[in-house]
Amino acid sequence: MQEFEPKIVAFVCNWCTYAGADLTGTSRIKYSSDVKIIRFPCTGRIDFMLLMKAFANGADGIIVSGCHPNDCHYTSGNFHARRRWIVFEKLIDFMGIDKRRICFSWVSAAEGAKWADIVNNTVAKIKEIGPYEDYKKLASSFSEISQESHE
Amino acid sequence: MSNLIETAEELLQKNKVNLIIGYEKGTGSKTRPVFIRKAEDAKKLVFDNNQKQNLVVYLLRSEVKKAGKTAFVATVPALRSMLQLASECQIKDKELIAIHARDNQDVIVFEDFKSIEEFLTTADTGFTAVESELLAKLMAMTVSERFDFWTSEFEKCIKCYACRAACPMCYCGRCTTECNQPQWVAPASHPLGVFEWHLMRAMHLTGRCVNCSECATACPVDIPLNLLTYSLMETLETGFGAKAGMKADAKYALSVYKPDDKESFIQ
Repeated sequence: MQEFEPKIVAFVCNWCTYAGADLTGTSRIKYSSDVKIIRFPCTGRIDFMLLMKAFANGADGIIVSGCHPNDCHYTSGNFHARRRWIVFEKLIDFMGIDKRRICFSWVSAAEGAKWADIVNNTVAKIKEIGPYEDYKKLASSFSEISQESHE
Repeated sequence: MSNLIETAEELLQKNKVNLIIGYEKGTGSKTRPVFIRKAEDAKKLVFDNNQKQNLVVYLLRSEVKKAGKTAFVATVPALRSMLQLASECQIKDKELIAIHARDNQDVIVFEDFKSIEEFLTTADTGFTAVESELLAKLMAMTVSERFDFWTSEFEKCIKCYACRAACPMCYCGRCTTECNQPQWVAPASHPLGVFEWHLMRAMHLTGRCVNCSECATACPVDIPLNLLTYSLMETLETGFGAKAGMKADAKYALSVYKPDDKESFIQ
């Protein structure tokens, strides 16, 4: 049987984590290729609905990462994001979404090695938990309906 | 029930207000909202301790705004909704009169936000016993049990948006759920769209919900969706010191921050 390759989507900020991931590459540190990176202007721009859309479109795990507190390019974007994550994390847990599937982290532009660790650890964790069948079931009912309506 | 009616009559006779929104007798043992413009109609008003509907939902409607100065019969959650709307710059001080009736003979008239704020410091603003019990039951479940609980509850949802219509905090001219470029929430009532709608609704009400239970009461299929926002209230209160609808000049918990906000999950 083929080994389960999880789909991981990473939502990262342009100024720190994206540059950090760039450094991982230029430092020639190898990390899992199961991750797809989406670049945002700031963590404050990462709306919770975008994360839900990633799950609905088949993601098994999500990484959300940006500048460390006090390092935000826009001074306060990550502080606002942090408050939102605190309540969002509680809400999805209450609604029954496995919060282990979302990894929140701070990765600066100098932390290339940390980025590789975050990705590798997340991939290992999601491989252990398995594919996100529960949410995919919700989403598959949607694609059935939308296909019908296009016929 | 002389006192509530007398108060209302006096307000209208002295031209202190042009409109009073209250409750009248409805079918069976229920009450329903009534809009009173003439003093002689004030006798329609009834006092009922089970007054469920939060009348603040009407205060931002253009018809009510056009009526000029308005008074409304307010329960404790309604008073909190009013202060929350004030903190969101939706209503101004001394624009509205709130009539709070504890029983037939004990009516308090609030003419400004300050007196409401003072009153609320001693009022009971907690959850009901039934709500606390169900909340505790859900909290004790495992994550997958909670997922099954909510998906089976959401299966009943017909996306009528009664929860949104009944909520005094859902006053946006254009709701994200109606936004179709991009389409955030699919409009049909299939499992994914329903799940996303309730999650989005709860996130948008976080830090603004005043636990009036209006959404769950209005729900025609009895989904306990008020619990979604209730589950976050402890986090908001202990973490950010934020409780919605207690102060007219409060800041929205998610639009401010402290550099040392505590969390335990960010790596």
